[in-house]
Amino acid sequence: MTGTPWAPPAAVPAAGAGRRPSWDKVLPFIGPVMLFIIWDLAVRFGFIKAILLPPPLDALGALVNGLAGGPLLKDFAVTVWRTVQAFMIAAAVGMPLGVLLGSNEKAYRSVEFLIDFFRSTPSSALIPLFLMIFGVSDINKVAIAAFGALLIVIFNSAYGVINARKQRVMAAKVMGASRWQVFKDVLIWESLQPSFVGLRSAVSMALVIVIVAEMFIGADSGLGNRIINSQQVMNVKDMYASILAAGALGYALNIFFLVVERRIVHWSGR
Amino acid sequence: MTEVLNAPVFADVPVREFQPGPAGTHITIRGLTKYFAGWPLYEDFNLDIPKHKIVSVFGPNGCGKSTLINMIAGLVPVDAGEILFDGKSLKDTKIGYVFQNYREAMFPWMRTIDNIAYPLKLERKSKAEVDRRMAELVASFDVKFDLNRYPYELSGGQQQTASIMRALANNPEVLFLDEPFSALDFEMTLFIREKLQEVFMQTGTTMLLVSHDLEEAVYLADQVLLLTKRPTRVAEILPYNDARPRTVETLSEPGFISTKKLSLEIFQREVRR
Repeated sequence: MTGTPWAPPAAVPAAGAGRRPSWDKVLPFIGPVMLFIIWDLAVRFGFIKAILLPPPLDALGALVNGLAGGPLLKDFAVTVWRTVQAFMIAAAVGMPLGVLLGSNEKAYRSVEFLIDFFRSTPSSALIPLFLMIFGVSDINKVAIAAFGALLIVIFNSAYGVINARKQRVMAAKVMGASRWQVFKDVLIWESLQPSFVGLRSAVSMALVIVIVAEMFIGADSGLGNRIINSQQVMNVKDMYASILAAGALGYALNIFFLVVERRIVHWSGR
Repeated sequence: MTEVLNAPVFADVPVREFQPGPAGTHITIRGLTKYFAGWPLYEDFNLDIPKHKIVSVFGPNGCGKSTLINMIAGLVPVDAGEILFDGKSLKDTKIGYVFQNYREAMFPWMRTIDNIAYPLKLERKSKAEVDRRMAELVASFDVKFDLNRYPYELSGGQQQTASIMRALANNPEVLFLDEPFSALDFEMTLFIREKLQEVFMQTGTTMLLVSHDLEEAVYLADQVLLLTKRPTRVAEILPYNDARPRTVETLSEPGFISTKKLSLEIFQREVRR
């Protein structure tokens, strides 16, 4: 009788509930780990030639070494700097312009086609045009990335204002707010959340264009340049390290903007 | 043969003289006309709304109860007609408005207290004046929740209480309430109803209340304004004079019961028509 101690029934679900969160924390890592295992097996059993795909640990090692003061770090920094410049220009011009266009719907309708058309045009298709204007320069890469990002920012900010909750605008009006007061106390705030969606897509777009431009417009630095150079000399380890670095950069930028958005637009989704 | 055949017919349209309402009228509505999609919603609609009274607006679905108060409050443009507040235009009149959907009426980027103070900020009141008025409002509404929180951190009833406080912040001459209770649970409805009655007894602010709940409409009202189906006219204006404060007991008093019964009869007559 003393062999099986009695446990209160409540203890069982409590223990289960206590264990579940630790499992939840592991979940996000399952996908990446599986990818690395499949990658490793594919190389190990020779499904893919080692000359096309290095073992994952080699690529990761190259990434860590490269970013820890190696030459990859310099290219990484150059790409970050170009992306940030392009993004800053797009945000500084695009947000005010978008909010202004959005608050005057007639003005927006008159340029809507242009914005939608160039927003739908792959910005990389405009690279030759920008080459003619800016030449093969650092400015060129920033300019075309800024252009692509700008349209996204304008579009989202303008629609943020146009789709502002009508009732909040009415509430301000009925309290006697002037047009300007409605604009600065309601419309700008209402547009913040869609603007952030725009900023987030814009920074991704800027990064994409910067990398493409670094690959194909006579650059001598940057991740795109590094990827294409390693590919030319079949240095796949370095190529994958650079690709992973570019991916990590894009991911980090997205997370960064999500965190900033949650801070500033604290009412979003509530 | 100097006469032109088939000449256009001109009728002399006499300019109608403005008819002021009876003594004690606050809002006079004359010749109000509003078309919706080519159909008349209101056509040559006249109404006098008394001062220092609560008027409940009640009527069939789609008769434009909310549209009526929105036109008076200037939120919906009128096609024709004149609306005067003590002879003044809306521009020179301070009004407060409480929306049904408090979630989309408050500004979530401001703290609740700043939301309530917003009308005073628009009037460029000094900080001392704002603080004094806020303290007054907090006292008269007996606020037990933290006004330094953001609106979305409060319960529905608390948010609607805050939006009523905001509507009253600058001591408006008229308070409009568009189904202010329909998004709230019963307990909160009772609480806010009582608060509203208290505020009315303290200030005597003219109130226009749209309600889809007949009991609530009669309970708060000095006058029940019953509307017809569209094109909307006044079906009847029923006075209800039981003393305030009205309480749960009021609901079983003969005056209340008969007013409610009569309102319901008129309502049903109008719906069937």
